[in-house]
Amino acid sequence: MRAGALRAGAAVVARLGPDGVTRLEVLRSSPPLGLRQAAGSLWMVGTAAGPLPGDRVTLRIDVGAGAAVTVRSTAATVALGRSGSARSELLVEAAVGAHGQLRWLPEPTVATAGCHHRGLARVSLAAGARLVWRDELVLGRHGEGPGRLTSRIDVESDGSAVLRQELRLGPGAPGWEGPAVTGGAGAVGMVVVFDPGHPPTTATCLGPECATLPLAAGGVLISAVAPGASELRRRLDAGMVAGEVAGGVEGGPVRHSPELSDHGGEPARR
Amino acid sequence: MGSGKTALVAALCRSLAGDLALAVVTNDIYTTEDADFLRQAGVLAGERIVAVETGCCPHTAIRDDIGANLEAVEGLEERLAPLDLVLVESGGDNLTATFSRGLVDRQIFVLDVAGGDKVPRKGGPGVTGADLLVVNKVDLAPAVRADLAVMARDAAARRGGGPVVFCSLTDDPAAGAVTSWVRAQLAVPPG
Amino acid sequence: MSLRAAALLLADGRFPAGGHAHSGGVEAAVARGRVGDLDDLVAFLRGRLATAGLVDAALAATTCHRAGGAGVLPWGELVAEADARQPSPALRASARVQGRALLRVGRRAWPGPILDELACAGPDGTPHSVVLGACAAAAGLRPGDAAAIAAHQAVAGPASAAVRLLGFDPLAVAAALADLADDVDRVAADAARTAGGSAADLPCGSALLLELGAEDHAAWEVRLFAS
Repeated sequence: MRAGALRAGAAVVARLGPDGVTRLEVLRSSPPLGLRQAAGSLWMVGTAAGPLPGDRVTLRIDVGAGAAVTVRSTAATVALGRSGSARSELLVEAAVGAHGQLRWLPEPTVATAGCHHRGLARVSLAAGARLVWRDELVLGRHGEGPGRLTSRIDVESDGSAVLRQELRLGPGAPGWEGPAVTGGAGAVGMVVVFDPGHPPTTATCLGPECATLPLAAGGVLISAVAPGASELRRRLDAGMVAGEVAGGVEGGPVRHSPELSDHGGEPARR
Repeated sequence: MGSGKTALVAALCRSLAGDLALAVVTNDIYTTEDADFLRQAGVLAGERIVAVETGCCPHTAIRDDIGANLEAVEGLEERLAPLDLVLVESGGDNLTATFSRGLVDRQIFVLDVAGGDKVPRKGGPGVTGADLLVVNKVDLAPAVRADLAVMARDAAARRGGGPVVFCSLTDDPAAGAVTSWVRAQLAVPPG
Repeated sequence: MSLRAAALLLADGRFPAGGHAHSGGVEAAVARGRVGDLDDLVAFLRGRLATAGLVDAALAATTCHRAGGAGVLPWGELVAEADARQPSPALRASARVQGRALLRVGRRAWPGPILDELACAGPDGTPHSVVLGACAAAAGLRPGDAAAIAAHQAVAGPASAAVRLLGFDPLAVAAALADLADDVDRVAADAARTAGGSAADLPCGSALLLELGAEDHAAWEVRLFAS
């Protein structure tokens, strides 16, 4: 392990109060990941550079029955490293209770040259729970190719698999730049929307590089590749509209519980 | 290309659809224009026409690996039962093309006189083995200097006396002789 | 163990299971200008093998492993795990078309309870990878054989389609496939290792442009290949 590599655990526990308002009963974080609550959303705040090689960050999100949480980030996650350096990892484990909802709408992850990063997401939805989950990957900063990047998501609803997707990109991933996978795109991304109350949609192509893909077990995946991050976002947003899922999961009000403590650390490496 | 298979299929539909439940599977490169052609030409609804993609191997799809065509035929039979007749149109024209007996009960091979009057003499499994040989576009014979008597003689020799029909959809849009042959076959048990 | 004749039969492109009519995404990639020369094709095949090829090989191996054992066959679980790994409806449908075609010939070739049960498993059919694993088991083959056949077909079918669509020198394409053979073996071995595990832990691999291209292709008016 690299000297100074961080092992961090962050946790969010949200519960629906009797007044119909979601309260954050636990909000705990430590560098390099801070969590702040503002404007109806939870914000992930980078409290240190990175992730850097060897960093391991785990975020657990527990959304209780009927509760609603939206998670955003203040800036892109920039995975850094030099060729051959240890792997960094961000694991998000989310459980959403019956008829609860989680919207995960962070800024992109930028895989810089030389990074070796793995993003893992495991989302477990109880009956009636709703999800919007966006994942955007930018393949290198301007004028550089990406380092090694793996992005994996598993979504289960009521115990059955909805989506298992793993993207392996960058050096060491066979054919990743080729015409079957990214075709040299600068950014790739997806939004998965699962809403049991929403009628099934049909597949829609928005040009050759973006489509809404109804999943076999319900829900829809909006998938896109693009030259860069802003065009990617534009395509995913268009896909949300085409899939008629843009308003499918509304953010609910979120309020801090009085006893809530936030141990988000101060910037440690900036 | 262009021996007139699609036009003949359309003519058969026009002649037969009045009293028979028909459907068509086409293995040719198939556009909505082709579908419109069949729809307008006969009385065949779009749901009675299914196109099969052959992966640029039209012969394979009707002879060596017939699964996609079988599935298309079974799908039509399931949706439109009862059907009296399913016409399977091959893709591409070539003297070596034949249908598998696992796919069809009767096979019609269509020759175009514009291909030359030597074609029957060349033989090939289509000319020799088909249940009916149709020499099509005979109205063009003078223009292309094709000798129909030569074609008839060679076809008879190659086919050991098997039936040959000379056809011109210009002169007989209902393809009467071919239609009669098809009707006669329907009375015979498959095999 | 030496090569088994049944495995060669199942892997043969001339085995009448409808494979000739599927391009594995090559037709869509050619139309979009993404595959134009042999280098493009090799990059395409590498990416396809590492993603869809690995997933199919693992599903085939796991199905073969389970079908070769005793007890009730959990087709439903394997199909659900296959579907969760394939977001494209067009590719899920194409996998079922190819699965039905393989099952049709497989039941004639290796009649018995394994494939009879599979034929009753679902009205819309079963994905090709699962049918392939079941056919391998019915033919007395091992999970490693099923994985090797699936991995081989993940590149051989599209390569053949590219020859037909772009007029590539078939000898050059054969040489490219020979160069990929070690990669195919590696993918097959990786897939075979997962055969005894839980279906949820089977490998994943997303081929973004295959998925997007398949939806685009399915909407064309005129196609030479079914997928």
